Formats: sequence, C-alpha cells, structure tokens
Amino acid sequence: MKNEQLIQQQFQARMNEDELLNCMRCGFCLPTCPTYIESGFQESHSPRGRIALMKAVVDGLIEPDEDVERSLQLCLGCRACEPVCPSGVRYGHLLEEARDIIAQHKTYSPIVRFIRHIVFKQLFPHPKRMRMLTALIGFYQRSGLQALVRKLGLLRVLPNHLAMMEKVLPNVPTWKQMNERPTHIEAETKRKKRVAFFSGCLMDTMFMDTNDATMKLLQLAGCDIVIPPTQTCCGALHGHSGEKADAKTLAKQNIEAFEALDVDYIVTNAGGCGAFLIEYDHLLKDDPIWAERAKSFVAKIKDVSVILVELGFHLEGWRLPEQIVTYQDSCHLRNVMKTANEPRLLLQSISGVEFREMKDADRCCGSAGIYNIIEPDMSMQVLDYKMAQVKQTKATTIVTANPGCLLQMKLGIEREGLTNVRAVHLVELLLEAVEATKEANEPVKQTG
Amino acid sequence: MITEQVKRQFIQIVGAENYDDSKAGRLVYSYDATPNFQSLPDAVIAPRNTKEVSEIVKICNEHRIPIVPRGSGTNLCAGTCPTEGGIVIIFKHMNRILEIDEENLTVTVQPGVITLDLIQAVEAKGLFYPPDPSSMKISTIGGNINENSGGLRGLKYGVTRDYVMALEVVLANGDIIRTGGKLAKDVAGYDLTRLFVGSEGTLGIITEATLKLIPMPETKKTMLALYEDLEAAARSVSAIIANKIIPTTLEFLDQPTLQVVESFVNIGLPTDVKAVLLIEQDGPKEVVERDMKAMARICREQHAISVQVAKTEEEANNLRTARRSALSALARLKPTTILEDATVPRSQIANMVKAINDIAKKYNVNICTFGHAGDGNLHPTCPTDVRDKDELHRVEQAFEDIFAKAIELGGTITGEHGVGVMKAPYLEWKLGKEGIAAMQAIKRALDPNNIMNPGKVFAKSTRKRVVVTR
Repeated sequence: MKNEQLIQQQFQARMNEDELLNCMRCGFCLPTCPTYIESGFQESHSPRGRIALMKAVVDGLIEPDEDVERSLQLCLGCRACEPVCPSGVRYGHLLEEARDIIAQHKTYSPIVRFIRHIVFKQLFPHPKRMRMLTALIGFYQRSGLQALVRKLGLLRVLPNHLAMMEKVLPNVPTWKQMNERPTHIEAETKRKKRVAFFSGCLMDTMFMDTNDATMKLLQLAGCDIVIPPTQTCCGALHGHSGEKADAKTLAKQNIEAFEALDVDYIVTNAGGCGAFLIEYDHLLKDDPIWAERAKSFVAKIKDVSVILVELGFHLEGWRLPEQIVTYQDSCHLRNVMKTANEPRLLLQSISGVEFREMKDADRCCGSAGIYNIIEPDMSMQVLDYKMAQVKQTKATTIVTANPGCLLQMKLGIEREGLTNVRAVHLVELLLEAVEATKEANEPVKQTG
Repeated sequence: MITEQVKRQFIQIVGAENYDDSKAGRLVYSYDATPNFQSLPDAVIAPRNTKEVSEIVKICNEHRIPIVPRGSGTNLCAGTCPTEGGIVIIFKHMNRILEIDEENLTVTVQPGVITLDLIQAVEAKGLFYPPDPSSMKISTIGGNINENSGGLRGLKYGVTRDYVMALEVVLANGDIIRTGGKLAKDVAGYDLTRLFVGSEGTLGIITEATLKLIPMPETKKTMLALYEDLEAAARSVSAIIANKIIPTTLEFLDQPTLQVVESFVNIGLPTDVKAVLLIEQDGPKEVVERDMKAMARICREQHAISVQVAKTEEEANNLRTARRSALSALARLKPTTILEDATVPRSQIANMVKAINDIAKKYNVNICTFGHAGDGNLHPTCPTDVRDKDELHRVEQAFEDIFAKAIELGGTITGEHGVGVMKAPYLEWKLGKEGIAAMQAIKRALDPNNIMNPGKVFAKSTRKRVVVTR
C-alpha cells in the first residue's frame, strides 16, 4: 500500500501532463495495437486505455494497483500507435517513464531482483562480459554439449518457448574472433562518405556475422568506417524495463565515444538500438549539458538501409537465385526511426527476388526486446498471427532488420515446422546477393 | 450501485471472465472521444449473444441500473460516457459478419463488427457499403447505427440510416424484437427501424442488423480547386449541384485550416487562398470523365484560381492529403481539440463559414472550419486547453453562437456526431418544446424506468437561446 502511494506521488511529479492531455481519446490507435487485438479488444490493453490509466493515476482517480501495472507490462512497446495518432502523442515516452517509476518502487522477489541486477548492471553494459557469455554459448554449441543435451531431452525442464529459443540461437563466434574486432575500415570503392558504426552489444557478439555483413556492404557502397572501441550497449533494454538511470549512463558513454569523430553519419543495423539512440536527446532532456551534446549525436543516427539507398547501392544490378521474399518491419525502425521504404527498395532491386508484402507487415512480431521471455503467452499469440500472414505470401525468405525480430521469426519458423523457409537480416541477404552476382560474373571475366 | 446479489446474477449469465468491476477495468470505459467527459461505470459486461443481452437488461430493469451500450468509444457527443454509472455493455464477443447475401444485396452483422472490416468484406465480393465515418477503421457498426454516422460520401450515397434494412433489438423490458427485413418495400406498421437508427442507445440495444449493399462503382477520380474568396468556392458547390451533377465527395477547407495543414505537412498548399475544395466522382468511366470535365469547367467559371485533376491514384492520394491531415494538423496545435458538426443547407455554406469566422473573432478564439461542403455538414474545430478555464468558457460561448446561427440558417446543431450529453442543452433550440415532448413520449413508452443510456439526448435544463431569430 505504501508503495502504491509512492508510485502515485512519482506519477504526479514525473509524468508529462501535457503529453497525457494531448491524447484526445479518438481511438485511432486501437486498430494498430497488437495487444488490444490479441486480448480480444480489451480497452485496458490498448494505448488509449493505458494513457487513460496513467492519467487517472496522476489525477488521483485510481491507485496504481496490480491491474494498472499489468496493463502497462503487457504493452509490447512497439509504438505502432504513434504514427497513426492525430495529436502526435509520444506514447513510448509516457510508457518508459511509467515503467521506470513502477520498477524503481516495486519490491521484486529476491530471485527476480537478482536476475535484473545481473542482466541490467553486470552483463549488458560490459562488452567483455558479453563476449564471455557468448563464448560460453559457443562452447556449448561446439563442444558436443548441445548435441548431448538435445539428445537427452534435458531442455524439457525449460518452458516450451525457452526450449525452442535455444534451438534458434545463431552459431556464435569464438572468443578469439570476438576479441579481434576492427576499429577502422576503408572503403572498397571510391570513398563517398565517412561513417561511424554503432556495433552494439548483442550485435557484436551473438550476431557478429550481421555486423560483418553490414560493414562489408558499407565498404562496397563507398564508406570509410570508424568503429570506436569505447562505445557500449545502447541502453534500450534498460530504458524499456524501467532502468532509466542506467540507460542514461550508457547514453553518455556512447555520446562520448562518438562525438569527437569527424563522420557524416553514425550507422546502426538494429532497429531496436537505432531507435533508442535516436531518442537520446529525449532521454537526456533534463540534463542541460548533455541535452545539447545528445542533439548533435542524434542528428547523425541512420539505419544502414538508408545509407545504402542514399549511396545508390540498389542501382547496381544485384542478383540472387529465384525466391519469394517477404519483409517483417522492425517496429522501432519503422515507428521511431521512420525507416520503412528503404529496406523494401533494396529487396525489390535484387533481380531474382520476387518481393511479396505480407498483410500487416508493420505489426509487431511479438519479440519486443525481452518481451518474448517475460510474456510468452501474448508473445506467441502475436507470433502465430504473424506466421499465418507469412504463410499466405508463400515466401521462402523472411527478411527483418533487427536481431530480436530475426530470432522471433526463426522461432516462428520452428514452431510452424516450415522446413523450406529461412529468416535472415536484410544485410545478410544483400551480401548474399553481392556474392552471388560476383560468382555469376566471374566466368565472364575469365573468358573475356 | 450493483449489490453482491445482482453481481452474482450477472456473472451467472455471462461468466466471471465477462464481468469486470475492477477499478482499472471500469476506468478504461469511463470515457469516449469527447473532451472533458469522464465518469466511471459500476461494471463492464461483455455478453456473448442476444439472449444474454436480454437477461442482463431484465435484471437492470428490475433494479433500475443504467445501461450504456458501447462500440469502440469514438463518438464526439459523450454518448457512451456512463455519466450516471450503471453498466457498460461491450460487444467484443458479438462481432461476426453473419451473412453476405449476394442475391438480395444485403449483409447481416452483429453490432461489434468494425466498420472497415465490413466494408472490406463486401468489397471482396464487388459490393459497396458507402457510409465511411472518419473513425471507420475502429468504429463499430453498432455504434454507427446508434449514432446514425455520416462520412465523406454522404452527399451522393447518404448516411448510415439509408442502409439499415432490418434490426434485432432488445427492449428495456428484455423483449427481443425484429424490425424491417430484406425488403425494398415494407409498410407493415410503424418504421421502427428508422426510429432506432440514431437513437443513441436510449431506446434499446441493437444486437443484429441487416444492411443494404450496392454494386461497387467502376472508377473514381479526384480533383482539387483553389479559391481566393469563400463565396466563389460556395458558388461552385451550388453550381455543380445545379448542373445536375452529384459528386461522391465535395470537401471544403477554409484558410485558417489550410494554414495549419500546410505548416504540418508541407506539401506546398497555397496558404494565401481563402478556400479549397476537394472533389471526387465515381461511377462508370465515361460518366466520371464527363462529370470531372464539367466540374473543372464550373470551378473555373466560378473563378477558381487553380483546378488540378489527379492523373494517377498516387496523385489523387496526394490531393486527399490536405483534407485527411486536417484533424491531425489541428489536434497538434493545442492539448484539447473540440470538433463540432454544425450543419446548414448547402446553399448557406458561405454564410455559415463567414459567421463562424466572425464569431471566432468576437470571442477571441481560434476556430478552423473544414467539412463536407456538398451536404452542408461543417466541422468548426477549436484547438484549446481544458486547463485554461477562461478560454474554455469563451469557446463554449462561441459554439453556442455557432449552433444558434446554424439553426437561424435553417440548419441543425449536429449533422453526424449526435446529441449525447454534449448537445442535449441545445436540442430544444432545434426541435422546440413540442418536438422534445414528442420524443420524450416515445422514450417513456419504450423505457419507462429510464435505464437505457440515461442522461443522453434529453437535458435536465435547456440553454438560454443566444440569438432569437428563425
């Protein structure tokens, strides 16, 4: 009870009243909200309902009881409600603030407290520890342990969705590979731009191949690339889970790592990270010194697909063996970074690719950071709808632009037992096209 | 108040999972899209079929518990705000399209069907359901029928009322009645179908509806005409109709709206023009082309400074952007957006717009007007802030003047949003004492205990008329 009062006070002190009032309750957000739809049209699981609940707590109309908390927790944070909002309410910011207030005043069970501490404070902010963890996974995958565990069916002790998650993890790089990361790469063609690359925490360990493919493409497109080694995790995970203070610390470290570099852009290849980076100015808005520095940082953030299109990468006649391809938007890439056309343009430019738009490609896949681990039921319900739309397109390649979405699509493929369908990151497919095109051209060169 | 015993009865009918009296559960059904109205219901109930609705109503009637049937809560007259408590009935389980009858050209639906889902389902069969309220992506058919919703296509195709052929209604005593049928001609008794359309949930609960469909028009074209004076735009509207052309869409934006829209979307709209008309026609290709040519000529004759006909669908979409962005652009100006729908005969549009601008000046408030010029249905919209009590009071006064002016010009206080709580104090201006008395007689006959959406339509007291002319 005491906690509820504290939370209520914090709501009154910290929630942006203008933003709350800005919601005119027109309901235009409802049809875009996955949890509203999947909960069987429950207003309490819609953006309008959640804003009304936040406002009611501020107004003292209701207490922040467990139903209120449940409503805020079940939100995917996909922010599909924002582009359709006539008033331009920044729902994501409201949600982040509310979740932070609740998380900071909540008494978690000792085990949850321990896990949160490890994940948010001991693991993600420390690149070396991320590499160590990934190396452990690598050991598990390569030593024969994985095969043994699977054979003995030991994974059955895990909840179903976690057991399946184990299956779809990518083959991770070795300790050595992770420790030999470049800090500077030169363009392979005429230099057109100088960019910095945000390598991320998970992306530079578990998804290192995707990072390598990204840099390769940037090189081909004519970019000199700087990869400052002092950069760190973007803090999205922290920000979305009510650990805003930690997110701010990480943000400052990243701004410091990049601001002295003389670059045209800071390139990202994960919608989730990019969207968080691009809102550092909001995150640090109350800090007069950092707010300005954040603004110049934010102005340079661009997704790799945008840079590639800007540099005309899609005009170079890439080819792939014939296949049907569909694209699953990364919610944060689309709704926050406003990047939706470029990935499609790049895919459509590859000859041999038949691009088929799936219905509701802009609806969340249910991955949503760590949502699929903490809210498996809703996440899988959202995923099942997504996979039904994928199947309609008859695509054999599902392309995404964010690691979380990629894993979720792989999980979807596994759940549906689709043996002839694969999921790849956009840059991987593009690199595949580059290689396929080169191979096809080589004999011509030899004879000619 | 719902006693423990009544609660048990409700749960027995719908199951515990469809009865919600938690604080959060009630809070999220305490409002609709109307600014400044909020009131908690005592419980929210989601019945699964007509029989359950009937049983719920019987209990409510016995215990005098108010009932508010609610679609998606997008209405703008506080019609679904449970101002007197009681229960809110939601139709999340009753949301199926029951039948598309291609021989009789009808569709039969449950009230919870989303309007756009219905439109898409019938369009897949080459059929057309024209009513298209701006909220159609989320509004429900049940809500549309109860509010008699309009839309952009109202001029040529009419409004929801013109498409409702038959209804299943649960009355306040729990009786289930069926009105109308799949019939073009039917004079068996009073036309109860029409009575229930637009009754705002005050006479009964609609649990099923059969709607009329028409064949899908073959093609559609779009154009935009710009004017240096309001009169010229208004004259164009009249001249188009006088030339016996009924376009599908004839939308209007005034200068204040244009300026706001342009600063929001930056699509190169001239902000020095006084008015813009967005005109669309659909039908057989030859007819559409002939009409578009004629309308372009008429607009030029009436001194449009520019007439632009879209050559491609993409261009058409761009032209529609201006009109479509109007609400967003206005809503972003200030925290509160008050969107009204005073309506006048088509011939009075110019007078009405001029009057609105004068009234805005008089009270020193910002009012932008856009709307459906073809059918005289205007949307004077005021961006304001509910926290600014002084301004809010002036806004209220301005709208009172606007309602009075609309009636003076032979119009009405609301064209498509409904009366609800918001317009109830002004209803008598439009209907007169005798008109209100006649409606109240109907209300009392069908709902003697006043449980059906009480406090709506009929006000406790009428506003003093500001302008006494007619």
